[in-house]
Amino acid sequence: MQRRTFLKATALGGGVALGFDVSRAEAEMRALKIARTTETRSICPYCAVSCGVIIHTLGDKSKNVKPAVVHVEGDPDHPISRGSLCPKGATLRDDITHKNRLLHPKVRRPGSDHWEDISWDDAVSQIARHIKDTRDRTFVAKNAKGQVVNRTPGIAMIGGCTDTNEFNYLQWKVVTALGVPYRDTQARV
Amino acid sequence: MTTQNLEIRRSSASLWGEKTGMRHLPVVSKFIDTTTCIGCKACEVACQEWNDLEAVPTRQTGNYQTMPELDAEFWNLIRFNERDFDGGVVWLMRKDQCMHCEDPGCLAACPAPGAIVQYENGIVDVNPEACIGCGFCATGCPFNVPKFHAKTGKMAKCTLCVDRVTSGLEPACIKACPTGCLQFGTKDDMVALGHARVEQLKGNGFANAVLYDPPGVGGTGVVTVLGHGDHPEWYGLPADPHVPVGVRFWKSVLRPLGVVAMIGAVLGAIGHFMYQGPKEPRARDGEPPPPPGA
Repeated sequence: MQRRTFLKATALGGGVALGFDVSRAEAEMRALKIARTTETRSICPYCAVSCGVIIHTLGDKSKNVKPAVVHVEGDPDHPISRGSLCPKGATLRDDITHKNRLLHPKVRRPGSDHWEDISWDDAVSQIARHIKDTRDRTFVAKNAKGQVVNRTPGIAMIGGCTDTNEFNYLQWKVVTALGVPYRDTQARV
Repeated sequence: MTTQNLEIRRSSASLWGEKTGMRHLPVVSKFIDTTTCIGCKACEVACQEWNDLEAVPTRQTGNYQTMPELDAEFWNLIRFNERDFDGGVVWLMRKDQCMHCEDPGCLAACPAPGAIVQYENGIVDVNPEACIGCGFCATGCPFNVPKFHAKTGKMAKCTLCVDRVTSGLEPACIKACPTGCLQFGTKDDMVALGHARVEQLKGNGFANAVLYDPPGVGGTGVVTVLGHGDHPEWYGLPADPHVPVGVRFWKSVLRPLGVVAMIGAVLGAIGHFMYQGPKEPRARDGEPPPPPGA
């Protein structure tokens, strides 16, 4: 090595070591984590405002992909919320992916102190059985004045907040047919 | 993280880091209206969710504020303040986060090349791959924003959702805000919006309303409407923020001098070696002198 080369290398090395950045500055761009996720529209389940949300799942629905929810945010096209969410609605991803989330129906029998797993079919048929029995037991055909009322005061129905207007209409129709007087839905919102 | 040659206006500790960008992007800004904030904290949650940050343990401190200060895993904090005013009390809420200064003190103080960058659109970001976790950026910041993350040994702060903004989306906090007190757009539009709102407030009895866009740091990428603009400290904001003089003196005087001195010392040592030769070993009493080169 010639003396001149050694001098040059020393000066350059010293400069780099002391913080002169000799490479062109490049930045690390953070990649958009939802760039190619599958977007699914849904409704926030919490309150009666029923804000629109978009659920982002991993993958593009290909046959070999098991989708997983990676992000949830507001739906800008939803007429009620137009993309905004409250702090509770903004946590929906954690609500969906939480290990304590109920994924299957459970039943607690009368007098029991614990919940049991039950299949959807059994759950629906047992609810139907209860409705029929309760209606038969508490049905009021005529009131004290002898007027025909056809009430089932032993049952009450409350609609969920994510139910659509169409679903609320059906619920209303069903409980009207049963004669249930105590009922509420959130079709008003 | 992918590496792309993004439009950079400034890069920390880098002589060649300025104006690397070929494209000229509009400067973006957040708009915060403290007078219509209801303190719901949707922005806090949206920030945590988007950035996949863990929940940070909190403690009740006597008010609604989530925690006393920003945290390396909590980049967006609504500050709740109560002040005596006009015989009553005012309850003030302000979204605290990185202000994305036009002249960022963190970037000026950072000694690691490329660890803090300012993009052409005004966003100031920490690059964790280059960050050495020294914490000097916290010293340079007049708003006490960058925080040290003990698990990674890096600094962390709000990125103004640079991943979303470069993809054409708005920041997560802005999108979530249900009252619309947060807005996003170009800096010019946000400043115009702010001035219009300040005029409206002045007509509604807030005679001291101002748009907080402090010139001491060249203006900020987060403009804030303060109803009580004569008391920015009520909101936890410095009245006239500046990059600390010590940081300026160190970076623009001491550090170049130090570099020159170090190079001079190295060159001097080499020159001394070349002209004077190696140090001769000294003979000890009663021993023969060791052979040269031993």
